[in-house]
Amino acid sequence: MSNPVWLDRLHAHTVDDAWRTYDAVQAGPEGLNAFLAVDRSARGADAGRLAGIPVAVKDNLATLGLPTTCASRVLAGYMSPFEATAVRRLREAGAAVIGKTNMDEFAMGSSNENSAFGPVRNPLDRERVPGGSSGGSAAAVASGVVRIALGSETGGSVRQPAAFCGIVGIKPTYGRVSRYGLVAYASSLDNVGVFGASVAEAALGLEVIAGHDRFDATSAAVAVPDLSAATTASTEARPLAGLVVGRPLEYFPASLDARIAEQCERALQQLRELGAEVRDVSLPSTDLAIPVYYIIAPAEASSNLARYDGVRFGVRAAADDLGAMYERTRSGGFGDEVTRRILLGTYVLSAGYYDAYYRRAQAVRTLITQEFAQVFASGVHVLFTPTAPTTAFRLGEVSDPYEMYLSDIFTVTANLAGVPAMSQPIGTVDGLPVGGQLMAPHFGEATMLRVAAALEQAQRAGGTA
Amino acid sequence: MSTETITHGWELVIGLEVHCQLMTRSKIFCGCATSFGDAPNANTCPVCLGLPGALPVLNAHAVELATRASLALGCTVHETSIFARKNYFYPDLPKGYQISQFDRPLATAGAIVVGVQPDGTPRVIRVHRVHMEEDAGKSVHDRFADVSAIDLNRAGTPLVEIVSEPDIRSAAEAVAYARRMKQMLEFADVSDANMEEGSLRVDVNISVRRHGDAALGTKTEIKNLNSFSAIERAVEIEYARQCRVLSEGGVVEQQTMLYDDKRNEVRPARSKEGSHDYRYFPDPDLPPLRLATAFITQQADALPELPPSRRSRFSAQYGLPENDVEQLLATRELADRFEAVASASGDAKRAANWMLGTVLASVNASGLALSAHPVSVDRLAALIKLEVAGEVSNTAARQLFAMLEQQDGEPLELARVAGLLQVRDDGALVGWIDEVLAENPAEAARFLGGEKKLQGVLVGLVMKKSKGAADPKKVNQLLAARAG
Repeated sequence: MSNPVWLDRLHAHTVDDAWRTYDAVQAGPEGLNAFLAVDRSARGADAGRLAGIPVAVKDNLATLGLPTTCASRVLAGYMSPFEATAVRRLREAGAAVIGKTNMDEFAMGSSNENSAFGPVRNPLDRERVPGGSSGGSAAAVASGVVRIALGSETGGSVRQPAAFCGIVGIKPTYGRVSRYGLVAYASSLDNVGVFGASVAEAALGLEVIAGHDRFDATSAAVAVPDLSAATTASTEARPLAGLVVGRPLEYFPASLDARIAEQCERALQQLRELGAEVRDVSLPSTDLAIPVYYIIAPAEASSNLARYDGVRFGVRAAADDLGAMYERTRSGGFGDEVTRRILLGTYVLSAGYYDAYYRRAQAVRTLITQEFAQVFASGVHVLFTPTAPTTAFRLGEVSDPYEMYLSDIFTVTANLAGVPAMSQPIGTVDGLPVGGQLMAPHFGEATMLRVAAALEQAQRAGGTA
Repeated sequence: MSTETITHGWELVIGLEVHCQLMTRSKIFCGCATSFGDAPNANTCPVCLGLPGALPVLNAHAVELATRASLALGCTVHETSIFARKNYFYPDLPKGYQISQFDRPLATAGAIVVGVQPDGTPRVIRVHRVHMEEDAGKSVHDRFADVSAIDLNRAGTPLVEIVSEPDIRSAAEAVAYARRMKQMLEFADVSDANMEEGSLRVDVNISVRRHGDAALGTKTEIKNLNSFSAIERAVEIEYARQCRVLSEGGVVEQQTMLYDDKRNEVRPARSKEGSHDYRYFPDPDLPPLRLATAFITQQADALPELPPSRRSRFSAQYGLPENDVEQLLATRELADRFEAVASASGDAKRAANWMLGTVLASVNASGLALSAHPVSVDRLAALIKLEVAGEVSNTAARQLFAMLEQQDGEPLELARVAGLLQVRDDGALVGWIDEVLAENPAEAARFLGGEKKLQGVLVGLVMKKSKGAADPKKVNQLLAARAG
């Protein structure tokens, strides 16, 4: 049997191709600034499913031989003595890890403007943001440097930049991919995610890094299905016959940008034509997701980021006594958004506030999770929604933190519920890509990817508007 | 005012928190060794150093030992318990938080008997809870000039924290509780419970109230007491201090105190340490700990015989006095060794006397561990058998023990070579008796004429003639037979 087209295309893109593109797009004032460090010697291996294939890795995944800075001053130059499980598995599959990608500091942000090492530019429009926090990885794929890249997700940090850059981004089920070596932001929400130039390429990347890992107590001992097979192009006219796609009303509010809504409805129509039944469903607690997220995520972050104290590694500020050393190291080491979330998280966990904020937020999180479970138990196989409420905005355009937080309004729910979700291009508005989001039940990646592949095929056949 | 006058009318209320290192080979959340005394930071890895991206994975053996400790204390072990993060900044706390358990501990509601009340009923101190946690590292302030150093070998060592109810009413009772706790943990085979090496540490919570008051007074906490005498002295000092403050109309401030061994004083810790808001929350890196009933039953079955059972068995089975029983239960090693010697020699009372007397004195003098002592269980048992059989005298047995400490060989053989065996051969004894009777005709005549009280004198003379080698029991028998 001959290889599918996408696989030939993936293997045709060599490390040399990657550097040629990199040299053309990365540096200079209008350069993408997608990479923070590169390894020009990386060649990968001759054997393996990703043999010799160039890949990029977000800078919050611990990597041997390249710094791991999380785009923060506090970790400038930090070399990890061990490697993240996901990165190790990429290398074991033969991939060439060519560099570490820029990001919002400690994965906190939705525009990649919170990097201590400068913002990333969107390859499709250099005046615009690539989305965040995995903006560097998204830009690296969208610009054609690599066809597969690793990102991370806490509230949409793979899906939203995938949407902004017109590529595919997958956030797997919580526990599907080991978090060992992923520098923690909010541990109960963090996932390693994958970007791909196509659904099949993203699926292959996920398949390589997925599976149980004894170094992560939250990684699931669940077998990894053949995800590549799930994305194999179908020759049937109605490949999604018998499948029910839920359209959650709360993700299509009256306030949604009509042009984005239109692209979504067009995609839903394509899903119908592929044989799927589209059914309106309700996830009533959706509007609580952002406030819940901005209690739980900062709470965990305030604890996870306590280790950046200047004592054992990273940057240490000079001071006469311990208290001053802590204060100067952390005040000087963290940017504004990270500082804001640490303060917020410290506050919501404080004595007297814990019950009012953290405990209630956890209760609502449970409710959101149950609502997903109920919808999926009602016969719905996947959900379809817009990925983000806007297309890529201009650098500097969104300055109010709360307005920025709303960029994740459709994506944080999947992190709170732990379900798999992905974004893929479904059209454009004013020449800028629009992402459509699929969400599936826990460990339902194969079905999700099957729907995504069918939709992608229909999009290509019909031409993206 | 004397201490007694100051404390008059005030009731002392004490609760203890015991931190006990579980004897696992590796740390609680990583594979690093837990050994004591290695080069600083030799036993560390990304996990216990808290490096970015590292994650904790729970050590199953630590869970087994913690479960056994809880069961030994009569606690209910919960099928679900939850690890939580206790957040605070300190240089020897690598992650900026300690992984502990908070509102869902491993076990609750146990008890320990610390002695007997005046009315003869047992004095019971209730155990409030047992939870698992990781130890912090060590700050070293006196090694280098002007700077502090951090040794993280201890960071991540598995601990159980055992919290008592505020049931303790005196310094002596606090010490008794600590002793019985140490004994229980050691006998349960979950910890070496060595206070000098820090594998058992005690925090004492103290408050006072008027006799008869139901409400508790404001407490202070004296941290990190590492000997029984330190517990006793610290409690006495803090009790008197609180009574003095209250008697003078002041209020006791809730704070953390430290006991200074050298100056024998209790003083407030640096103020910051008392005012922490630890911001506990469930650790998202560790799923809830779920223990099957079968697992808990297994751990109960794996428990060795515990002190309460041994205590009653030692007096019933061996007929030993209470004082001897307590002394034999001082350490598990001593109790085990005693039982081995008692069994091998067939004479428990002599085994107890030897163990508590000569053996302990020798161990203390040599500084050797009991297990390394040259007089093994078998050799001591053989010696006791010789003594019981009358092959050696009491005095000779002591000499023989001293020889066993110095050289290899079987006790019987050594005694023979050294001439320590008693002469029990009738021929030799009769010869000596005949000689003594011949050399002392007046006494001989009186004795043979019926004056039995002279027998002792004659035995003494025979012993003297034999240079102590004669078996006095045999000599007595033979003389008595002569007298008819």
